[in-house]
Amino acid sequence: MSELVVLLSEWLQTLAGGAEPWASYARYLPRILDGVWLTLELIVVSGLIGLAIALPIALMRITHNPWLWMPAYGYIFFFRGTPLLVQIFLVYYGLSQFESLRETGWLWTEVLSQPYWCAIIAFSLNTAAYSAELLRGAILAVPRGEIEAARSLGLPRATQYRKIILPRAFGIILPAYGNEVILMLKGSALASTITLLDLMGATRNVIARTYMNMEFFLLAGFLYLLMAAVLIGLFRVAEHFINAHRRVPRRKAAGLK
Amino acid sequence: MDLQGFGHLLLSGTWVTLQLAFTSLFFGLMLGLAGAAAAISPIAPLRWLATTYNTLMRGIPELLLVLIIYFGATELIERITGSFVEINAFVAGVAALSIAFGAYATEVFRSALLEIPKGQREAAVALGLRRWDTFRRIVLPQLWRVALPGLGNLFLVLLKDTALVSVVGLDDLMRQAYVAAGFTKLPFTFYMAAAGIYLILTIISMQVIQRLERWANRGYQGARA
Repeated sequence: MSELVVLLSEWLQTLAGGAEPWASYARYLPRILDGVWLTLELIVVSGLIGLAIALPIALMRITHNPWLWMPAYGYIFFFRGTPLLVQIFLVYYGLSQFESLRETGWLWTEVLSQPYWCAIIAFSLNTAAYSAELLRGAILAVPRGEIEAARSLGLPRATQYRKIILPRAFGIILPAYGNEVILMLKGSALASTITLLDLMGATRNVIARTYMNMEFFLLAGFLYLLMAAVLIGLFRVAEHFINAHRRVPRRKAAGLK
Repeated sequence: MDLQGFGHLLLSGTWVTLQLAFTSLFFGLMLGLAGAAAAISPIAPLRWLATTYNTLMRGIPELLLVLIIYFGATELIERITGSFVEINAFVAGVAALSIAFGAYATEVFRSALLEIPKGQREAAVALGLRRWDTFRRIVLPQLWRVALPGLGNLFLVLLKDTALVSVVGLDDLMRQAYVAAGFTKLPFTFYMAAAGIYLILTIISMQVIQRLERWANRGYQGARA
């Protein structure tokens, strides 16, 4: 794959024939593509971890037990009320303040002092708070009749959630979650502030070598837009299949009486 | 929490953050209104412009926007005028944040404008009000009521996005926390303090927004049982 990119880069360079900014675009293509890849990786990994954290938090949030909903409320409030940049710095720089953490050996050297994992941790915790709030709304929006039907069938509470409520809630959440993923894509640019070479980081790196500010910032902007468009498209497709019951009938059918 | 004598630095940073947030809010609202007017205007190129603005800003990270304006605009001015003009981080921050705010506010205002019954405007025309008076006296007061919840959310987002401007060296709350953390080697303490201040600002803003909403809805309260 990477050899192919290098070949493509060389071919594009000869094609550009020294005309700027195309020649520089071609020369730094492998770096920029690595950045795109890292950005996507950050979103997907922290998105999945975030969803896994969001589910228990959303469930805690809708209970009436104050020992459960209050911590969930506090978590959501903290992560939605503070800037993502503060959260990233809290994880990446902040944790080093604790002597006991620095002496945990493997956990410290391989995970908590690595910018990659710090970014993943911060993004996951952040998106988990937003997703939990979406999920809570979706669970509460599941039509009452469906829950009553499940109850009258004698399904245990856990089964009600697993088979009826949660699948419905995931369908309801989907459009709003698509928005959240786009916000995560935009937020992922902050990974560059803790030395990661995501698309933003790679772009700044290239600019430091070429001094071509505008050209590469605009290229990055274009690539972010492209990624956003692809993600929006993917969510449209997912919605088409998951929310099949809500598909709008084709226009042809509208004429039939 | 012992702030090692850096408390006043955080407070001065908070003041800069607030100035940044409110200045951007003002210009953002202007841009949003202009964007919404363009989005519903009968002139097609204006509508395209509004759509393009909206789509672009939804997909581009705010951090990139801050950097484009801070570094890019300097370069652009240099290319045009031939002289190096350094753009102040505050100005760049206000420009970036209001452009981002304006894009989302365009949507909020657009849907709010569509909510106002057509009869209201027709009544104003029938009374012989001029276009500008119709907008100022009939449309705008009602626009507020519908747009406030959406704008409130956007302001909370804006407040948090101000932290991004610290990346280009503006001495806001985030940057002061960074400086203090570097000096004292107590990063967790200072970032937590900054987080606490952002939370307090968020809570205050939420209270104010709630009051504004109640005030804007004062004519409607009796109608709902």
